[in-house]
Amino acid sequence: MNRMLPLIGFVLLAGLFGFGIWWNTRHDQREVPSPLIGKPAPAFSLPLLDDPATRVNKAEMLGQPYLVNVFASWCIACGEEHPVLMQEARQLGVPVIGYNYKDDPDAAKAWLNEHGNPYSMVVTDRSGATAIDFGVYGAPETFLIDAKGIIRYKRIGPLTPEVIADVLEPKIQALKQESP
Amino acid sequence: MKRRHGIVLLLGLCVAFAAHAIDPLKFDSRAQELRFQHLTRELRCLVCQNESLLDSQAELAQQMRHIIYKQMQDGRSDAQIKQYLVARYSDYVLYDPPLKPTTWLLWFGPGAIVLLGAAGLLFTVRKRARSAPAAPPPVDDEDW
Repeated sequence: MNRMLPLIGFVLLAGLFGFGIWWNTRHDQREVPSPLIGKPAPAFSLPLLDDPATRVNKAEMLGQPYLVNVFASWCIACGEEHPVLMQEARQLGVPVIGYNYKDDPDAAKAWLNEHGNPYSMVVTDRSGATAIDFGVYGAPETFLIDAKGIIRYKRIGPLTPEVIADVLEPKIQALKQESP
Repeated sequence: MKRRHGIVLLLGLCVAFAAHAIDPLKFDSRAQELRFQHLTRELRCLVCQNESLLDSQAELAQQMRHIIYKQMQDGRSDAQIKQYLVARYSDYVLYDPPLKPTTWLLWFGPGAIVLLGAAGLLFTVRKRARSAPAAPPPVDDEDW
């Protein structure tokens, strides 16, 4: 038994390191977990991209679940995500709000004209000040907010057809059952 | 001569970049500036995550430095400023993780492993001492 101890130690260590490798391939180590899940979304009042004189605030959005998709014309991963949104956004059954993050409004408009506009409305946060309240640290990020204004889910990085089918859609369905 | 010009140019560029790196934040006192540096050194930049907020050149880090600066001017304490950031970006922004149930393994794990090893060693040594023969052992095939 004693002579087996080094071997057992080795196997345990190899198992630990193997687990570490497996864990890190499944999780993005750079992903910052959001402490806002299950908490009320921060209050916001942001101008519309098409009509900067009109502002949208959190109170107006209460009463139905919605998605907030943080994007920018300078963001490369948003370009990868965009075709997915073009295809899926209308079928999700909830409004998808475009959150134009630290972007030039004209560049954002040109980008949406060129690639298509999947959003039911687009709000702009040119300084990124409100985005800090949401814990945004890059684009794209996507928030699912319920009818009571509580953040239920956050996706960091682009939405993919797999994420939408496996995670987002079940969560949206669950929310719809909650609030008739 | 040309070479010297090159060096002067390089040095000039370094100074230019260094000057660019410093935010135009004005502090009332040296103590306040030190407090700001100390605080931002303990906070992680979320974009380039191996850098502190003090060192990072990321736009978001610069924005956060301004927020922290403003909150300091408003008389908020270091703990309040940290709480502000933790509420938005979780404990991840802190380079010094807080002691709480989810971080017990992190804080006490290494110590526990050392204690476990020490206990194992003590146990083995005692056992060997007890079973060791009084006379020198006979020649062993496996004597190494």
